[in-house]
Amino acid sequence: MAAVNRDNEEEVKTDDGSPKIKPRPIVRLGIFLIAHSPVFSVVFSAAGVLALLLLPLLAKNTYISENALMPGSARSMLSNRDVSDGSKLVKDIKNFRLNHEGQGVEVQKLIGKYMSDMGAEVSYQKFHPEGNQFHPLHFFSGPDSYTLLENVSCASYGVNVAGIIRAPRGDGKESIVLVTPYDFINGGDYEDLSLGIVSSLFSLLSRVTWLSKDIIWLVADSRYGDYRPVAAWLTEYHSPSFKVSDLLKCDEQNTADNFRRAGTMAAALVLKVDGRSEKFEDTLSIYAEASNGQMPNLDLINVVNYLAVHRQGFYVKVEKVVSLLSSSWLKIFGEIFEAVGKLAHMLNPDWNFGIPAADYLEGSATLASSLYSQALGIPTGPHGAFRDYQVDAITLKVSPRFPPDSKTRQHDFFLRGARLLEGTIRSVNNLLEKFHQSFFLYMLTSPSKFISVGVYMIAFALLVAPLPMVAASLYIDGCKSLTNSTHNPTENFKSWKWLDAAKQVFTLHLLGFIVTLLPYFICQVPGQHSPTNRSIMWGTTSSSLLLITFVTMPGCSPFSSRLHGTNWAILKSVTISAAFIGLCLMSIINFATAEIGALLLVPTCLMAQPIKPALRSRRLKSLLGAFCSIVLLTIGFPVMFFAISKGLLGEGLVGLSLGGEFWTWLESLWAWKSATYLYIGMVHLPCWLLCLCILFHPS
Amino acid sequence: SKEVEEFSEALLLKPLPDRKVLAHFHFENRAPPSNSHGRHHHLFPKAISQLVQKFRVKEMELSFTQGRWNHEHWGGFDPLSSMNAKPVGVELWAVFDVPQSQVDTSWKNLTHALSGLFCASINFLESSTSYAAPTWGFGPNSDKLRYGSLPREAVCTENLTPWLKLLPCRDKDGISALMNRPSVYRGFYHSQRLHLSTVESGQEGLGSGIVLEQTLTVVLQPETTSVESNMQPSWSLSSLFGRQVVGRCVLAKSSNVYLQLEGLLGYESKNVDTEIEAHQLWKNAEFELSLKPERVIRESCSFLFIFDIDKSSDSEPFDLGLTWKRPSKWSCQQAPLHSSRFLMGSGNERGAIAILLKATESQEKLSGRDLTNGQCTIKANIFQIFPWYIKVYYHTLQIFVDQQQKTDSEVLKKINVSPSTDKVSSGMMEMMLELPCEVKSVAISIEYDKGFLHIDEYPPDANQGFDIPSALISFPDHHASLDFQEELSNSPLLSSLKEKSLVRSYTEVLLVPLTTPDFSMPYNVITITCTIFALYFGSLLNVLRRRIGEEERFLKSQAGKKTGGLKQLLSRITAKIRGRPIEAPSSSEAESSVLSSKLILKIILVAGAAAAWQYFSTDE
Repeated sequence: MAAVNRDNEEEVKTDDGSPKIKPRPIVRLGIFLIAHSPVFSVVFSAAGVLALLLLPLLAKNTYISENALMPGSARSMLSNRDVSDGSKLVKDIKNFRLNHEGQGVEVQKLIGKYMSDMGAEVSYQKFHPEGNQFHPLHFFSGPDSYTLLENVSCASYGVNVAGIIRAPRGDGKESIVLVTPYDFINGGDYEDLSLGIVSSLFSLLSRVTWLSKDIIWLVADSRYGDYRPVAAWLTEYHSPSFKVSDLLKCDEQNTADNFRRAGTMAAALVLKVDGRSEKFEDTLSIYAEASNGQMPNLDLINVVNYLAVHRQGFYVKVEKVVSLLSSSWLKIFGEIFEAVGKLAHMLNPDWNFGIPAADYLEGSATLASSLYSQALGIPTGPHGAFRDYQVDAITLKVSPRFPPDSKTRQHDFFLRGARLLEGTIRSVNNLLEKFHQSFFLYMLTSPSKFISVGVYMIAFALLVAPLPMVAASLYIDGCKSLTNSTHNPTENFKSWKWLDAAKQVFTLHLLGFIVTLLPYFICQVPGQHSPTNRSIMWGTTSSSLLLITFVTMPGCSPFSSRLHGTNWAILKSVTISAAFIGLCLMSIINFATAEIGALLLVPTCLMAQPIKPALRSRRLKSLLGAFCSIVLLTIGFPVMFFAISKGLLGEGLVGLSLGGEFWTWLESLWAWKSATYLYIGMVHLPCWLLCLCILFHPS
Repeated sequence: SKEVEEFSEALLLKPLPDRKVLAHFHFENRAPPSNSHGRHHHLFPKAISQLVQKFRVKEMELSFTQGRWNHEHWGGFDPLSSMNAKPVGVELWAVFDVPQSQVDTSWKNLTHALSGLFCASINFLESSTSYAAPTWGFGPNSDKLRYGSLPREAVCTENLTPWLKLLPCRDKDGISALMNRPSVYRGFYHSQRLHLSTVESGQEGLGSGIVLEQTLTVVLQPETTSVESNMQPSWSLSSLFGRQVVGRCVLAKSSNVYLQLEGLLGYESKNVDTEIEAHQLWKNAEFELSLKPERVIRESCSFLFIFDIDKSSDSEPFDLGLTWKRPSKWSCQQAPLHSSRFLMGSGNERGAIAILLKATESQEKLSGRDLTNGQCTIKANIFQIFPWYIKVYYHTLQIFVDQQQKTDSEVLKKINVSPSTDKVSSGMMEMMLELPCEVKSVAISIEYDKGFLHIDEYPPDANQGFDIPSALISFPDHHASLDFQEELSNSPLLSSLKEKSLVRSYTEVLLVPLTTPDFSMPYNVITITCTIFALYFGSLLNVLRRRIGEEERFLKSQAGKKTGGLKQLLSRITAKIRGRPIEAPSSSEAESSVLSSKLILKIILVAGAAAAWQYFSTDE
């Protein structure tokens, strides 16, 4: 028996000439994944979407990370006398505006006098209303590149009023900013109440002894919007121009010379009072998104939410997509998750991750709104200007439940509003260091529940993970088909098969870059101010450039003959690689944009196949695949997705055409220097065009 | 003819225009020149004497300050402001009488001695990155001058106690009995200063005399009980400090209280003699004093009431009070240019430091005082220290005069720059600007990069930011003094106020937020790395421990017993991976499929562990 075994071993060696080396398990696993990439891509994409739907379940309760904040640990020192001071200011402003119609800075001087009487240092600042002028270099420059516009008339400037309370025993290195936007011309009755609240608080802060940071109260002239005066004041604070300003000639009193500063800003709070509340309590809305989806430190929101709910009895809410609350398919998901949670709780009482379906609906609606607001990259309030200077800031919008002329309820409203701000300022006043403990990358599913970056990154990773596998699989298939279809000398250049496809991908990305810059030149065309006309010009010019590209470079055109075209599998492989790179880069800049982009691009790229073989074969599976490709491509077009999202968000078209509406939306993106604009032009549109080329590929 | 040691105490009270009261305690201790063989003191503190003798200190000033001096309301052009408005924290400068090569050694030893003497972290100024050697931009012009400041040093009662121990009567008797700690540290400004200077005797064989001047300047807010908001608040010593003076320090040569009132210009035209004037001035329609002053001295724009507390006793304590009857307003004389400093730019890499000088109302009165080449000019010295981690680019200096940019040669008369070296020395810049008298505003900006520190160089509160010490703006052609019309040689306080002192003002301390690393990152890296190594080495040891031959024999004996569908499926999958046609199952294929499934299971477990770890970790 042993001799027989020995003979068999010798026989094996003789046949092969050498012992056979088994590949390593990791290589075999890679080959296995590449060989079965369609199955894995479906599994991973479904898992990504499921993880996205599971996010409201995975939200955690907020908590205070920084121990020094201690919200609510001190008894409020605000007294009725301070509230009387605030009420007096509101009354004086109303009387003044009734008796003095017209423009001028008299109301600003009245507010400045009140600030000065309370012991603050008052300064006035004039600013230009800045137009929405698109400039390509604005995306890549900081706020230092602000330049004054020329030939601005004297009748169109605004005046900000800022009062600074110096901390009695402070060293003047840090400050806390309170901002109340106020329309000095068309301000309503509710806007006066915000001045009353902060005036009450200011009266208290000018007398307390526990301040360690200076307090700045900025009454922003919001006749040209809320954001512009705050941004102008911050620019003057951080990047002043020492040269002659044109605004000095507009006013003989020369009020622009005494701009005052108070050190590094620790935090900022913007307070607005809006219309009546729909609830039985006073409502407090928190707006936190800044430019490009940046969020303030979560501790700032936690402090305000804690003080508002547990100390002052406000009803706190954050923005949500209202149409999702009545969505039936989302309700079904909520009920399924609730049932699974109950089942898990029965199996093991420690598994307690189920939430009611109603909470799931609320969390999903809030999460969708947070995702959309972050993806837009547009600040949701004047607090966004502070984030450009790395100051944590939020906007608080208070909606009282009483009409604006009720004196008794106004007193109580002032008291609670000012005490809320006082508690927040006390907490920030306790900080020795700036906000750094809690999260900066998070999404809110309710004012007291959040999802941190470590959790919501999983959904994006699952969505994006199939892309490299599919790219490798397609490349191998493309190389095999090319090898079979050509002669043997071509095998020497096997590793360069992707170069033609890369050339086409690069050309279309360059076209995307040019299309991104086109609106700057379209805005320079005189006479064409209608958004519809501009969008038509933009679409026409882009299409012409695309056709010119196809004509001048036959290798990049899908309509050329078979002999010059590239293999569609390799083209799809390079397209998927480019989409993968673009999505990963965008996830660093603005994660919400990358998430929504992945939801659109990943199915489109994976499903893209040439339509001619499907039509020729007439098999149901191929026809269904072709139909899905067409549907996904239609949804993925930016204009179409804009229309669909408008419908989902519950807003209709406001009189403009679809193109005009889309142009206005894009204009707001570039006016706020949103990176989403660059993503749409330089990542999404080229990949969409490449999928279109694959769809109509003559193979 | 033998000189003796002298100690005198004085308290100057001065109402301020913004309804506050300035209290300036002044103690002077003089030790005459004595034999160098030994020194025995009756009144002078021995610690200071030994300090001067051991470290050869020629002149020294040490200040502990809390709060900010308000130059607009509290004054900028009077001796009190020029000498007692100090930057926040601890400031120390000293001139030594040693050879040049030993100045730094003496400075280090002096900082350690002062650190032990005054219960403060003055020894932090020992490091060469913490002090500078100014030349002409600072007050004394000497090459043996060293300057350092600690903006972040907190000033508290523990700094006042050793300061009081240097006084002969401590805080038990005399004027220093008024120093109630809660009252002193509740004020808006608190600065205790110690000035030390030596006086050469001029005789052979005798050492130098020492003059020790200790001052405490506080700005207090009296309690407001008046209904009218624009009325000045009335106060008394007991209401301000919570204590009274029940007698003078018996060791003091003179013990006086002075009350200085500004803005009483209506009485300038009166031409009455001293006795009648004094009788009328302390009780009039505007205010009333609770005690009759000994004397009243006129100054160019103020009145000085002098009180002697020698007559007070336990039964009749000295409790000076001021009661206002009518609202009164006046303004302080200010420096020629009001200075402020701030940071420009945002982000974590680059920024700029800007100094803004603006003309004040007092500037017009000083026009025409100085003529250079037929033109009226104002000279301003600017002295700044930059820490080494603030990399200042001195070539980016820009100067704007009245919002027009000027070249450096137009307005910059002198400049002395000492660049900083990483971890070795701090940077220093001294500039002298020559500006026209009618100037309205001057802006100076200089750019810097924010550096990176090693992880062990960060302080415990790294996220707070880093401090840049205050800049000093001085005007060499302007001097502040009180112009008394009578000779007063018996009071050291009035003598010091009468001397001409340089007009100086300190700017704000700047807080620069540097980039801070994630201090929990080393822990995260160590944890992940150890986990990966544990998994890798565990798998490696398992592979090395296994015996292939025994496994093959075991599987061969079991081969005939398992012929289920699962085995066939695994065989097909394995064959598909290898790209070979489907064969009959064999031992080696079964073995590799077992290995493959185990490996997949391990990967899933590791991924699950990583996901759980990511979910439950809260350090973001």
